[in-house]
Amino acid sequence: MFRLEDRKIADRIVEKLKKMELQITIMHVCGTHQDTLVRHGLDILLENVGVDVRQGPGCPVCVTTPAEIEEALWLARHGKTVAVFGDMARVPSKTGSLLQAKAEGCDVRVVYSIDDAIKLAEKGKEVVFIGIGFETTAPSTAAALMSAKNENFSVLSCHRTVPPALEALIKMGETKLQGLIEPGHVSTIIGIEPYKKLAAEFKIPQVIAGFEPLDLLMGVYLLAEMIKNGESDVKNEYSRVVRPEGNPRAREAMKEVFVTIDVKWRGFPVIPRSGLEIGERYAQFNARKKYEHILEEVHSQEFEEPEGCRCAEVLRGLCQPVECPFFGTACRPEHPVGPCMVSFEGGCAIEWNYRGRKGGNG
Amino acid sequence: MCLAVPAKILEIHGRKAKVDFGGVYREVDISLVNARAGDYVIVHAGYAIEVLDRATAEETLKLWEEILSQ
Repeated sequence: MFRLEDRKIADRIVEKLKKMELQITIMHVCGTHQDTLVRHGLDILLENVGVDVRQGPGCPVCVTTPAEIEEALWLARHGKTVAVFGDMARVPSKTGSLLQAKAEGCDVRVVYSIDDAIKLAEKGKEVVFIGIGFETTAPSTAAALMSAKNENFSVLSCHRTVPPALEALIKMGETKLQGLIEPGHVSTIIGIEPYKKLAAEFKIPQVIAGFEPLDLLMGVYLLAEMIKNGESDVKNEYSRVVRPEGNPRAREAMKEVFVTIDVKWRGFPVIPRSGLEIGERYAQFNARKKYEHILEEVHSQEFEEPEGCRCAEVLRGLCQPVECPFFGTACRPEHPVGPCMVSFEGGCAIEWNYRGRKGGNG
Repeated sequence: MCLAVPAKILEIHGRKAKVDFGGVYREVDISLVNARAGDYVIVHAGYAIEVLDRATAEETLKLWEEILSQ
């Protein structure tokens, strides 16, 4: 319906950027933004006009920790039906992936939505849904639990929220970021306010951008203008979908069901108040409480990220996928070492799918 | 998970709606939004999370033209 791909407009934006004589580093935190950038070669186009665009921790599957994957594996190996989004099933951990567990005979089901998992529970099995995703997906988990009645259904919540991660990234200061491109669909839920707080505290300009090539180019242009003028405001390029107030109904549902907790992200230390755990009122659906006796063993262990894998640095915008020695050799989509090569939102999988065979190490 | 494809609502049955993703039909949950038949919605993991503002969408290219002409 709205294919914003007009080449002439793209050329005009790039021409304007070129005239600005930029030398800036910015970051986005969305797998789909990375897909648009690489699929259309916009990252190279922008690099040529002095805009270095880094990818941050914008892939929910990628930031899920090895320990959380082990929790899901443990439940599957203890006879629970584990319902999970497709790409999560293929992420390897110390004791395998959920797909390998399925091959061993465990009941692992790939689902499109939490509702599919609830339908599975209606058939009588003990079903655990692995809740992955940021503010875009967490409201669906919340809304489903608010009306769920099944005693044999629970959720292993791995939901996380984006603004605390942005704050952590800025505070870590490993990369001198001059601006942020904010994720369009997370913003449909949270609105503009959380970014305004970041702008006020850290003096960092931000633009909420959509996912068409022109959305991103326009977003970068608006950001570059603010950087050039020394402004630290928040602009909304994606106003056809993102309302300034976000989606209050979705936020209410999240507030009703979840409590905010400190949680580790892959590639990051514990990020304060960045995790969403199921609250007391919905405790009957909290798989961590319900199966505490099974998960005890997982919780008493440390699970490291795979040795030599550079996903952690890819997720902090410090390393390009092709700079990892495993890229295209030991690590490919058919035999991934780390999650960034698994998820369709992962930087390595995107690089491999669009450019790896031609330009990468493969 | 951030597939940016808007879906058109065809029919509403309580909290569920039949939607058209450009020829692919699915049932999605619309309890998180205020949507009517004919609206375009952004769908994530089976749930509509926002209604697309058609007037703004149609204005977008016009707005860009203004910005780029400055």
